[in-house]
Amino acid sequence: MGSHGIRDQVAIVGMGCTPFAEHFDRGVDDLLVEATAEALDGAGVVRADADAWWLGTAQSGMSGIVLARALQLEGAPVTRVENMCATGSEALRAASYAVASGAYDLAVAVGVEKVKDSGYQGLNAFPIPTDGTNRTLTAAAMFSMVLPAYAERYGVDPDDLRRVVARIASKNHANGAKNPKAQFRREMSVEAICDMPAVAGQLGVFDCAGVADGAAAAVVCRAKDAHRYTDTPLYVKALSLVAGNGSGLIDPNYDYTTFPEIEAAGADAYAQAGITDPRGELALAEVHDCFTPTELVLMEDLGFSARGEAWVDCEKGAFDLDGELPVNPDGGLKSFGHPVGASGLRMLYEAWLQLRREAPPERQVATVDAGRTLALTHNLGGYPGEMVSFVGIVGTEPTA
Amino acid sequence: MPGILALGAYLPHRRLDRSTIAAVAGRGGGRGTRTVAGYDEDATTLAVEAARTTLRPHEGAPPAALWFSTTTPTYADKTNATAVHAALRLPADAVAADFAGAARSSVSALRAALVGGGPTLVVAADVRPGLPGSPDESAAGDAGAALLVGEGTDAAPALAELVGTGARTEEFLDRWRTPGEVRTRQWEDRFGEQRYVPLGKAALDAAVADAGLALADVDRLLIASPHARAARTAGRKLGVAPEALADDLGATVGNPGATQPLLLLVAALEAAAHGDVIALVSLADGADALVFRVTRAAADLAPTRPVVDQVAGGAPIDYPTYLRWRDLLATEPPRRPEPARPSASAAARTTDWKFAFVASEDRTSGAVHMPPSRAAMHGGAIDDMEPRPMADSTGTVVTSTIDRLAYSPSPPIVFAIVDFDGGGRVPVELTDCDAAEISSGVRVEMTFRRLFTADGIANYFWKARPLRDRDGTVVRAVVADAG
Repeated sequence: MGSHGIRDQVAIVGMGCTPFAEHFDRGVDDLLVEATAEALDGAGVVRADADAWWLGTAQSGMSGIVLARALQLEGAPVTRVENMCATGSEALRAASYAVASGAYDLAVAVGVEKVKDSGYQGLNAFPIPTDGTNRTLTAAAMFSMVLPAYAERYGVDPDDLRRVVARIASKNHANGAKNPKAQFRREMSVEAICDMPAVAGQLGVFDCAGVADGAAAAVVCRAKDAHRYTDTPLYVKALSLVAGNGSGLIDPNYDYTTFPEIEAAGADAYAQAGITDPRGELALAEVHDCFTPTELVLMEDLGFSARGEAWVDCEKGAFDLDGELPVNPDGGLKSFGHPVGASGLRMLYEAWLQLRREAPPERQVATVDAGRTLALTHNLGGYPGEMVSFVGIVGTEPTA
Repeated sequence: MPGILALGAYLPHRRLDRSTIAAVAGRGGGRGTRTVAGYDEDATTLAVEAARTTLRPHEGAPPAALWFSTTTPTYADKTNATAVHAALRLPADAVAADFAGAARSSVSALRAALVGGGPTLVVAADVRPGLPGSPDESAAGDAGAALLVGEGTDAAPALAELVGTGARTEEFLDRWRTPGEVRTRQWEDRFGEQRYVPLGKAALDAAVADAGLALADVDRLLIASPHARAARTAGRKLGVAPEALADDLGATVGNPGATQPLLLLVAALEAAAHGDVIALVSLADGADALVFRVTRAAADLAPTRPVVDQVAGGAPIDYPTYLRWRDLLATEPPRRPEPARPSASAAARTTDWKFAFVASEDRTSGAVHMPPSRAAMHGGAIDDMEPRPMADSTGTVVTSTIDRLAYSPSPPIVFAIVDFDGGGRVPVELTDCDAAEISSGVRVEMTFRRLFTADGIANYFWKARPLRDRDGTVVRAVVADAG
């Protein structure tokens, strides 16, 4: 028994990502066509070259038929996967394992979400019949409980902490302003973010991720075949997923200052990839900043900061675009927007651009030129106490 | 001899100052206050709270029957008493039925229970309707009250014994309301007054004679009636000394419909002394009179929430919010999808959790699981659980937040993580509080509420509410001084 990973067994050889926006003029089919076309073109292949497909969507359609019909894939194995907001990463896992197993030569992972057809702001899960006792709180409210808990545990002044997390949003807005595919391309000051109307607890509107439509796709092949498709593949170093048992909601020992599912997925991923000092080894990290306190806690759970010190590191700019370890150089969920099923693959798209030095110069991270070759993507779904967490690591260099 | 074995009442937290009505409604109002059920309360939830208070000291001896009386039932066609039965975890062979519709139904239920058939819980609860500016709106109140009646035993002696009854039935039109309507219509006041006073006199005389007593023996006279004028006149003309006439709670609570006679009985018994003769006269579509003699056991009655304390407690509500809660002022709902209706079959599988807040406890670790679970967390066993009732547990807020975005019939939602004394944690919505009152350390108890209504289905579940001092201040956990 054990989690062995598939380090360097598969490679990503093409990627695509639509702009994330309120695409009132584009349907799911349009988004799927655009993201997959870019990915297939990048790998120099056509639809018929792909042997199998995985479609990640949380609630924009049922079954693989959504993708098969949009692309008119005839006789192809197409599977829809769902794991809340980590759905896009789940599609990548499935495609990667399928190729690593030898079952297929070339597989495509696609994530898509059409959230702006609901008529409501925010994300709205479709109802599963229940006994009516489940809580109806928004995700913003659940994550808002992190701030007072963190402030109390580490003795941080609540007003100081509020400004630190606003700085996280401000950083991600600054990065997103340099990203032509991002939903929000406007810089936001800490003061402006703090002045926004409250949504939940201390969190204002701009502490929340953008809600957008979009799609992203990745073409996956065996590592030894990668150079048939591109000179600059990304090798999959680690894929880790933890689905929490929900015990945080009912366990009096849980204190809302950490997400154990993420710590566990991170540790597993680092073991798979052979990473011992993530802050020193990674060139960049794309993390699931659904709300500003989430990114704060993630810095500790992913081992970028010591416990109780992420707020200091964030304040000092350690995770800024020009910082020691750039986090969310593409603007993150905050600024790029969050089409649920697409976000995990959108994160990978930024790793694809950055590690291959294809990001626009104004946001190309300096760590790559400094010789770092690894990028981390972190994708979560759920709430404090009850979440699924994905951590993936890719790199440009196969292990010797 | 049948009598009253236990009793309790529940007044909702909010109070409407009647003097604030006219400025908005253009008319109506008056002096004093009335009680106002929360937006998340209905007759069924008020009944549950009153019944919990009543039965808490009698856990080992559940009633054999439950009669639920109200003028404002949540459901027609479906029995409302079964939800109360479920919330109280009464045995399956205990009959639960509604005595719903008219104000007279509660006294009738009490009579039926006193006739015999084993200990019976009679509970009444009302959320009284009334158009803005109407006399009914101002004079009414919302409340629940419950009496456990039956033959006294050594273990559970009667607090008061029934010593005489009298009744008069007569068909005449005084007050009427089409089911579902807000407005109660009424005939000219003086017509009902002239009918009711002689009927009340005849019923009381009969009851006192039945008891072998004289009117002069009555120490406490309780008059309940939807007809305020008739009740006032009866107080003067029934032949009982004026000082025996009890406060009808009209100035503080208001008239809670079918609940009024039970509420007055509870209040009177809580204040009674051994040997007191208490006469209840109800004027509603005829007249009912019940005469009780208070026993020695009443001296041992130690109500946790006596009516007098509940009357003194509570917090104000502004009139527009009251109108909004009663759906009499339509305001913009939150721009969020309305909740889906709960599933009948899913709810039927989890009745003890949903209605009675029963968790499960892992036999090995003692960990409490809410909702109940077959598998224990942190590596525990499967199917090694005991039911763990949590409804009467108190707890402390660990952390809290205010959700301004989520759907609620009365936003914003105040939400907290609560750790219970003796184990167990639940993320739960708070009620009967202002958002600013809640932070970590606040002490809470559980209360049965209607979370929302969808497709006509009242979605019942539990919320937490802060414990309060006598002066209404929220109680906080005492933090151990670390020095």
